[in-house]
Amino acid sequence: MHPPDQLGRHRDASAACGDDHSPCTLHVNGTRHDLTLDNRTTLLDALREHLALTGAKKGCDHGQCGACTVAVNGTRINACLTLAVMHDGDEITTIEGHGTPESLDAMQQAFIDNDAFQCGYCTPGQICSATAILEEIRAGLPSHVTENLSTAIDLTDAEIRERMSGNLCRCGAYANILKAIHQVAEAHS
Amino acid sequence: MRAFRYARAADPAAAASAAQAPGAKFIAGGTNLLDLMKHEIETPTQVIDVTGTGLDTIAPTPEGGLRIGAMASNAALSADTRVRRDYPLLSRALVSGASGQLRNKATTGGNLLQRTRCAYFYDTAMPCNKRSPGAGCAAQGEGATTRQLGVIGISEACIATHPSDMAVALRALDAEVETLLPDGRTRRFTLDAFYPLPGDSPHIESALAPGEMITSVVLPAPVGGRQTYYKVRDRASYAFALVSVALIQQDDGSGRVALGGVAPRPWRRDAADEALPQGASAVMEKLLEGARPTRDNAYKLRLAERTLAALLEET
Repeated sequence: MHPPDQLGRHRDASAACGDDHSPCTLHVNGTRHDLTLDNRTTLLDALREHLALTGAKKGCDHGQCGACTVAVNGTRINACLTLAVMHDGDEITTIEGHGTPESLDAMQQAFIDNDAFQCGYCTPGQICSATAILEEIRAGLPSHVTENLSTAIDLTDAEIRERMSGNLCRCGAYANILKAIHQVAEAHS
Repeated sequence: MRAFRYARAADPAAAASAAQAPGAKFIAGGTNLLDLMKHEIETPTQVIDVTGTGLDTIAPTPEGGLRIGAMASNAALSADTRVRRDYPLLSRALVSGASGQLRNKATTGGNLLQRTRCAYFYDTAMPCNKRSPGAGCAAQGEGATTRQLGVIGISEACIATHPSDMAVALRALDAEVETLLPDGRTRRFTLDAFYPLPGDSPHIESALAPGEMITSVVLPAPVGGRQTYYKVRDRASYAFALVSVALIQQDDGSGRVALGGVAPRPWRRDAADEALPQGASAVMEKLLEGARPTRDNAYKLRLAERTLAALLEET
């Protein structure tokens, strides 16, 4: 097993590349995991198949449904559309890092309080996105429906719906997901 | 997905040098490339990770513009206070594209190099001149579904569109693409020079030479005016444009117009800009002259004109 080639600083840039696997350290929900992975392994497959963290779901596996949403270094992404080996050293937060069955976090509790799911398959991704969008709004990240690019962003229904558009729910729980997100936003404000 | 070797580049020179190898491909955000690799439309044997090359900054230029590092994410670029203040068209175009998760990962360079979403390009059971030069174009076959596809700048070999919203805004803003060649030389392209029209070689989608890497996109000094990006699509969010219009309008009625969703590259013509004071119809007469729509996408010509007319009525 070779380490992935570090081109540039330490080796001749034209040096031959390694084989089809690479070592990779992921820090998931505060726990360090030293792995050796087939380069093709997506972050989603690393979490589910190698670390047995099955909260993040494989819905479409093409970045269209959002069921695989996790946070990497505090930023939400689709875990199905990135290679695990590209996240060596990164801090990853999955739904398992949000709360426990005995001690749910505010967004998990709000989803229950508002009946914001039916089958539950998309819910881990919905909760990871929902948590992230409140931070994105606080940080002033604009969206397609943000009317004024130079002022603080209002936490409207339209802002929440637009920002959640990358998370599909085939049960159609959108109205209650919206209520759940408002509940958490209001508790924070 | 086919197996590949993986290497991280510490700087642009190392990346460009490594990417000369046959079968090598840069990866940055990966949101389009990995999707294509899963479909085995892209089958690189070596993937060069360029996310650690230090190209994620957005900095002022001596000319009063901005130099956007190729690795700056779409989200970071849309939120940059200078972009929001001086180039709101770019911010608006960025946030109209993709989803929040994708914008967090997608990069400026990768956005420019994303490939068409033509359904026949994605369907490996169908002939496509982009995937297999000379195979034919299923999109122009009997009974093909073409309502999403291109109406101008297209060819008998390909009628696919470029899917980027960001690039349409960049075209209207006269942005240029800076690159680094494996031999250390740098080049600079206008977007029209960067994106060749398909002609009989639609598999050639950019002016980049083997190993040549996008290092930055340069915005000229701000041009002011009223800047709007209007994207018409099949649903309100997270869908590609049927037609999009980027408009920069000055107080005297002059300005610039670029279209997305209609052509293999962001579509703008000087003669159309010059017609802006005469209104949407005059602009589109010039901008869409020579269009070759199908029965199913001819609506894009009317839609483009009506969208621009609606934007102009707002003043």
